[in-house]
Amino acid sequence: MLVIRGLTRAGLEPFDFDLADGECVSVRGPSGGGKTTLLRAIADLDPSAGDLSLDGVAREAMPATQWRRAVCYLAAEAGWWEDRVGAHFSDVQAARELLPDLGLAEEALDWPVSRLSTGERQRLALARLLLIAPRVLLLDEPTSGLDPDSTELVEMLLRTRLESGAGILMVTHDRDQERRLATRGLRVTDGRVAGEAP
Amino acid sequence: MNFIALSPVDIAIAATLLILNAALSIFLRLRLEKQMLVAAARMVVQLLLMGLVLKTLFNLNSALLTSLIALLMMLFAGREVMARQKRRLKGWWSYGLGTTSMVFACALVTIFALTTQIRPDPWYDARFALPMLGMILGNTMTGVALGIDRLLTGAAAERTAIEARLALGHPREEAFGGVIREAMRTGLIPTVNAMSAIGLVSIPGMMTGQILAGIEPMEAVKYQLLIMFLIAGGTGFGVLGAVLVGAWRLTDSRHRLRLDRLRAGAE
Repeated sequence: MLVIRGLTRAGLEPFDFDLADGECVSVRGPSGGGKTTLLRAIADLDPSAGDLSLDGVAREAMPATQWRRAVCYLAAEAGWWEDRVGAHFSDVQAARELLPDLGLAEEALDWPVSRLSTGERQRLALARLLLIAPRVLLLDEPTSGLDPDSTELVEMLLRTRLESGAGILMVTHDRDQERRLATRGLRVTDGRVAGEAP
Repeated sequence: MNFIALSPVDIAIAATLLILNAALSIFLRLRLEKQMLVAAARMVVQLLLMGLVLKTLFNLNSALLTSLIALLMMLFAGREVMARQKRRLKGWWSYGLGTTSMVFACALVTIFALTTQIRPDPWYDARFALPMLGMILGNTMTGVALGIDRLLTGAAAERTAIEARLALGHPREEAFGGVIREAMRTGLIPTVNAMSAIGLVSIPGMMTGQILAGIEPMEAVKYQLLIMFLIAGGTGFGVLGAVLVGAWRLTDSRHRLRLDRLRAGAE
């Protein structure tokens, strides 16, 4: 589904990669090694060179906005641009239905963003991404601030997405999570990406 | 005209106030005296020079020379705008963004006023063109400097919010909208405030000057109104241009936030 050939930018050596439908690949490596750089380059958030395509359509052949809705990046630290949580969702009704699956109350949509805990922010940012139904999810430590129960809920949701054909590339430091979700791994060190057995 | 001409002695007497202030600063150890005296000396020299230049220009009445001086004024204003930025764009842009938007806005508004409202003969008569340009430029400069500063600091401060929107597939116009609006507001607020306070709190400098020169108050009011509309127009166009072009420069056609085009923590 996602085919990457010779993706490179400053701090990232050329890299080839294929992600199949329903596949989850973990990304590991030391801090500052280039994991975030890699995900951002794939999402086209930073200028990069190389041939990327999704379901046979080249990245440059579609507007950047369309590419990012299909190959969607979730930053480790979520950004908020309105005061109220609900204002960040285009389809509030769909958000209401999704939130309980993440262990969040529907009322969370009426809360001010400033009141949210780290874990709530992280799950709401994930909800925001899930609601645009991307083909490929680029997740940067999506459960780093969550308790075990919430982590389990998130993993359950991600598994559902995988079963319906989405692909996931996920930065994680949690070896158990990697075993539970990923079929194989990538290791990023000093901007070099290498394949790793699961 | 029935105005009272000032002698150098009159001005010297007024200047004693500053000397008195400087003496107070020494006495109270405020250490402001040097700055005060240097600034006052600069003011005296700069204004005398300007008086000389204007006198010469009025006599020569050359379109080429007048436009040269006008350009020089705008280039100096551009440098001032750049000096007021906490963060700066890289390369030519740090100077060019503010300067070009000011040149366009101020030239447009000044020429518009000279050719359709004041209509001196010839329309580029330095006696009208340069003072008008000076007033419009001074205000536009403040607005543009504030607007650009807010845009650049806002883009850097709101980075996670802007990139969160871009990552969700929002176009750059939307992702940047909040910062753009805030920068425009910041650039335009001083002019809006000036318009609402004028006549209640202060008698504007130009009107004071005209009244002291013996002009009827109502005539002076008409000139002041004209100037205020021109200033508001010039500031509006200048801030709009600078902020929109600046926002366009901080993003690219692939809807990315390009903070790499900002100098890192430049002072």
